[in-house]
This record gives sequence, structure tokens and C-alpha cells, in this order.
Amino acid sequence: MSETPLFVRQGVAPDSVVIRGARVVDPVEGVDQVMDVRVDGGVIAELGERISAIGHREVDGAGLTLAPAFVDPHVHLRVPGREDEETVASGSAAAAAGGFCALLAMPNTDPVVDSAAVLGALVEQALNDAVIPVGFMASITKGLRGEELAELAELAATGAAAFTDDGRPVVSAGMLRRALQYAAVTGRRIALHEEEPTLSGKGQMHEGAVSAELGFTGWPSIGESVMIARDLAICAYEGTTVHIQHISAWESVAELRRWQELGVAATGEASPHHLVLTDEAVRSLDSNMKMNPPLRAERDRQALIEGLKDGTLSCVATDHAPHARHEKEAPFEEAPFGVTGLETAFAVLYTKLVLPGIIPLELLLERMCQGPALALGLAVPRIAVGAPANLVLLDLEARWQVTEAGFRSKSANSWLLGETLQGQPRLTIAVGRVAHDLGAVPA
Amino acid sequence: MPELHVMRDDQRPPGKPERRHLLSIGDLDRDDVERLLATAQSFGKALEREVKKLPTLRGRTIINLFYESSTRTSSSFELAAKRLSADTMSIKSSGSSVDKGESLKDTALTLSAYDPDVIVIRHPQIGAPQLVTRFTDAHVVNAGDGKHQHPTQALLDLYTMQEEFGRLEGLHVAIVGDVLHSRVARSNIQALIMVGASVTLVGPPSLMPRGIEAMGCEVTHDIAAIAHADVVYVLRMQKERMEAGSAFLPSLREYTAMWGVTPERLRPGQKVMHPGPMNRGVEIDARVADSSDSLVERQVRSGLVVRMAVLYDLLTHGPVAIPSAVQEVA
Repeated sequence: MSETPLFVRQGVAPDSVVIRGARVVDPVEGVDQVMDVRVDGGVIAELGERISAIGHREVDGAGLTLAPAFVDPHVHLRVPGREDEETVASGSAAAAAGGFCALLAMPNTDPVVDSAAVLGALVEQALNDAVIPVGFMASITKGLRGEELAELAELAATGAAAFTDDGRPVVSAGMLRRALQYAAVTGRRIALHEEEPTLSGKGQMHEGAVSAELGFTGWPSIGESVMIARDLAICAYEGTTVHIQHISAWESVAELRRWQELGVAATGEASPHHLVLTDEAVRSLDSNMKMNPPLRAERDRQALIEGLKDGTLSCVATDHAPHARHEKEAPFEEAPFGVTGLETAFAVLYTKLVLPGIIPLELLLERMCQGPALALGLAVPRIAVGAPANLVLLDLEARWQVTEAGFRSKSANSWLLGETLQGQPRLTIAVGRVAHDLGAVPA
Repeated sequence: MPELHVMRDDQRPPGKPERRHLLSIGDLDRDDVERLLATAQSFGKALEREVKKLPTLRGRTIINLFYESSTRTSSSFELAAKRLSADTMSIKSSGSSVDKGESLKDTALTLSAYDPDVIVIRHPQIGAPQLVTRFTDAHVVNAGDGKHQHPTQALLDLYTMQEEFGRLEGLHVAIVGDVLHSRVARSNIQALIMVGASVTLVGPPSLMPRGIEAMGCEVTHDIAAIAHADVVYVLRMQKERMEAGSAFLPSLREYTAMWGVTPERLRPGQKVMHPGPMNRGVEIDARVADSSDSLVERQVRSGLVVRMAVLYDLLTHGPVAIPSAVQEVA
């Protein structure tokens, strides 16, 4: 069994690059100064002033910000089964364009990633197609049915990066307890989609004043938080931990904080759409405002921001969920849950949270990089000599409009279509290789 | 009250006016509502004549697209269009391409190829009319979308109340029953509050949407509260929308015992309304339904003139009376 989660990408030679004169920021390493960075042989070879180019490509970073590249713990690559919506190639290219150097793919595919055969084929595919390292999560239970454990040890040995039944909760408390016990032998994390199905029911949006007025069946916030309370109690009892996916409700943040204070080392993630939008957005009846968990009320949004600030939520996760156009071009209730997010995550959070002064840039960088890496047990991208070169060069002044034509993703079900955002990843280096490059900043 | 007039073609304003829809009561302001009710009143007068057909919308095409069963709404829209001399076509989901799995988008595109002026749509899903507006150049009228809105029902209810009381401002309306599943309730709350009436919702807690009071109404679970209202508006118990196993109520029998509108629970002279179809003996006692205080049949009559007014208003882009630039309807 491999010691660490397997992340794979195309077998290509690393690039050699010198990035000159960018503001280099790594909040975790305590770096914040203008300097040059040389990338060589897959690692950060040199940091300092006026580094010799020694024939390497030189990138002018003047006026730009160089940070450790981002890690996305929650992506739907849709393979196998829905290659019309996304592929390893398109999804990893979209991630690179968003400044990510690694992503975790969810197993709720068709077929489900619940066997070594399916997982092995995905790993092979990523070796050919992935432009950044991709880790595949496998399911906790066979077929995501919540009835029998998947063969977790064999899946881990085949390269499963972690386990989740994402898209569905593990409904049975007894089953979840067994999974937490057994997963200990794999050394991999368990991540949970929290939803009590008898409370969420056929809910289409957050239950509250907006659903009351629009007539949609409500998906109450407690449908999430009571499940989190249950699962963290099981974790505490078993002396183990979990990662809680896409937290949306204030009650959930409070539960997670409470159990963290009681000593459970659980982690949690929040998605850009939950940090920026509320259920008011559903008044448009736009199916790109439909996701699970749903957009909630302002109180919930504020609690998520507070959780991000105080560390209760240590990760931003896009929950990038591509869907075919014809499926989203339907009445709200008929349309599937989910929106894309890889290519807009940094920009929208920079625009809506950092620029207005709600959170500092350093916090956002940390929650998009170190936070998720630690939560899922991955190596943390950092800016230090000898560290693998995982870097993103950000233009914090660039304003750009989100358009369908601009997406690398095969799907365009973005909640930000038409919006103008500020902040753009110009160059992404993943383990020493340039995975995204917009070229020089236009004069 | 304005006289019914029709504009001559050579006096129409130039250019194509902005396309309008009636998707939600929220699309209207109080002036719009008052104009529509006044127009409906004019049509009401016109219909008292022996020949009930007006040439107003001659040459216009109106498509009724019904994805849910309906008697009064579909017949009322169809007759309203015919009274105004428009060409109408009614399409029901059963027996059409919808049965073969055609998407709403494709149905909208297909029907739009006939260049209709108005598409009237009823659909079981919220927002279906909004979606149709994206794929047609026609004006779209929502004839009921899921649990969301039924704006022409609310307008006809306002019209009925105005006819009965001579005013809307200050009226107190108690809406009784299954608010959770009712588009009629949502449209009516919005419309009544817009025109200055007050609304009290009465019904079982499990059928009262959490947060509904934010629309500006009072909420109570005590049926005795209806005694204070000028109008008791009874909602249909939407049995077909009760998802199996949801158990909103222990039984219909218990519902009737607790919230059924009976003569004993009404004051003499209190007016009773119901959007139909009624479940006699469930939400409304047969004696109430048949009493002289029941406005149920008046609501159906109002439906015709209000829908005429809506179609007319959308297609003529303005109020009925346009002094000097008009010609009397023959």
C-alpha cells in the first residue's frame, strides 16, 4: 500500500523558468517580499534578487503576486460516464487556469469509483491526460448505496486519495461507524456529504422566507447540521477524524466548532458560492443558482465567513460540478444540482471578500492551499528552496468578464456568467511544469 | 370608468414596443393592477351586450399550453381569447410531443415557429414560464407554475372582491388551508398586500411555509381567527401534491374537524371564496359552498373578463382609454 495518496498527471519533463520581480507571498512560510524565483527540475531551485537566468525562460512578474498554487479538495471530473460534461483533460486544464496545482476528484461517477478496476483505469487516464496532479477519491460504500463498505484497503493500494460518498450521505450511523473504524487501516481520510434525507427530502432550495414566497420545497439547514452533530459524535467516540464537505449552514459551523473545541480534529470546507451568495439569488429562478447543499440565508453566509476567518473551516473547495447545457436548460426543479467553479474561485473570492476588506489576501491564499492540503493529508505547496514548484502568478489588478467562451471546462453552468471579476491567475506551475500560461500582461 | 376603445392601426405608435409578460404578481405594480381591473370592468360591460364578441385582437394568435389538468383556467383563457376575436390553439401535454419526452425548450421553440402573439402556459414546475420567455418572441402569461404563482387567479380574485365591496384597500382576507402547496395563496398574498388589504393565513403548522410572514401577512393556526375577516378565502386541500409518506396531516378527517370552513365558524354576511375545484366536506362545508355569501361562481365569471384584460393589455401595451386617437368599438 502506498504511503501517501497518489496524485498523477501526464508524464512530461518539468519546465525551467525564472519569474522576476513578483511580490512573493507565502503566509505559511512567512514570506512576503519582491524577489526572483527560479524553478528547475521540478523544484524551487533559487529565491533571491537578480537571479541568473542561465538560459531559462524568463517571466516578468513585476506588479504581480506569486503564491503557492491552490489545492481543490472537491471537484467533479465526471469520468467515467459523463465525458460530455468534463474529462480529466478539460477539468485539470480548468483547474490550472484557476491557479490550482492539485485537485481531488469525487467518485460519484457512472460507474462509481468503488473498485480497484474503475480506479485503476482512472489513474491510467490521468497519466495520459491530467495537466496537473489529480487525486481520485473512492467511495466509502459500494455504489454509494450506504449498505456495504467498498474494499477500502485495496482501493487505497490502487491509489485512492481519500474516501467519500459525496453527493449522498452515509445515512446509517452504524455504517458510518464501521467505515471510520475500518478506514484507519488505509491511512486515508474520510470526507462526508452531510444530509439527513428525511429532513432534506425533495428540497430544492434553502428553507426560509425566499422558499416560502417562491413555493419551492425547502431544504432546511438542520438537515445538514444534525447529521454533522451525529457524525462528529461518532468520530469523538472512535477517536478519529473526518473532513466535512461543502458546509452551508450556520448551525453546521457551530457544531463543527463545538466538536473541534472538544478535541475532535475534524476539518471543514466552504464553497465560493456559499461564501458569496444567499438564497435571494434563487429569485432569478436561474438553474445555475441550484446546488446541493443549497444557497442559504445571510446569517449562514456570515457564519461561513466567520468560520473561514477563525479556522473552523480551513478550506475553500469549489465543488466544481459541470452539467450538460440541456440538463440545466430546464425548469429549476427539473435541473440537476451543481455549478462549475474551478476557473472563478480565486477571482470571485478576491473580488467579493478580499477587495471589500472582509478577509485579508493572506487568509484566502492559505485557505485555498495549505488548509485543504492538510485537511486531506496531502503535501503542502510552499515557497522554499528545494520544495516542489507549485506556484501561481496572480494579477490582482486584472478585471475580466466571465463568459462561456472563456471556460476551459467542457461545461458552462457557472453562477458567475456575465460578471466582471478582479484577480486572475496568469501562470500556474504544478510540480515544476507550466500548466497554465496567459503570457505577458498586456500593456 | 373608462369606455372601451380600440386604437386604429394608423395611429399606433411607431416601432416595436417592449415585450411584456405576466409571470408573477411581482411583475406588476399597483397602477398596473388598477388598470387591469378597470379594463376588465370595461369588458364586463361589453359582455352584457347580446353579441359578446369584440374585434379587438383579430388576427392575433394565442396558444394555450397546459402541462397540468385544468378546467376553469384553460377554458377561461380560451374563451377570453375567442371573445376578443383572436385565433387560439390549445395544447395539452398528454397526447402531444411532451408525451414523447420533448423538452420544454423544444416545445417552446416549435410553437414559436408559428409566431404566436401570446403563449399562455401552465406547468407543474416553478419557473417554467420564465424559461419559455427565453425561447420565444411571444408574450408569456403564467397560468400557474408549480407552487409558485398563478397571477391571473389573484387578479380575478381582486376583481371579485372589488365588485363585491367596492374597494380593496383595508379589506381583511383570511386565507385558510394548505398554504404550503398553494400557488394561489402566494399570488393572492402578494396581490392583496400590494393593493392595501391585510391578510391572515390560517391552517395547520405543517402546511404553513416557514418564513411566509416575511411577505407581510399574519399567520395563525386557530380557525377562530377567520371570524375577523371580510373574506374567508378557502384553499383546496391539494391531495395530489401530498408526497407519499410526507405525513403533513394525520388524516383529512382531522383536518376538516380542525380547519374546515363550516357555517358555525362564519359570521353572517362574511364572504367566502375558493379557487376551485372544491372538495366539499373537506376544506369547505357544502352549506357554505352553496350559500348566498359564496362568491365562487362570481370568481369564475371574473376569470373571463380579467383574462380578456390581461391579453388585451399585453397586446396593446397600455390602458384601454386613449382619448382622441380612438374609434368606438362597433
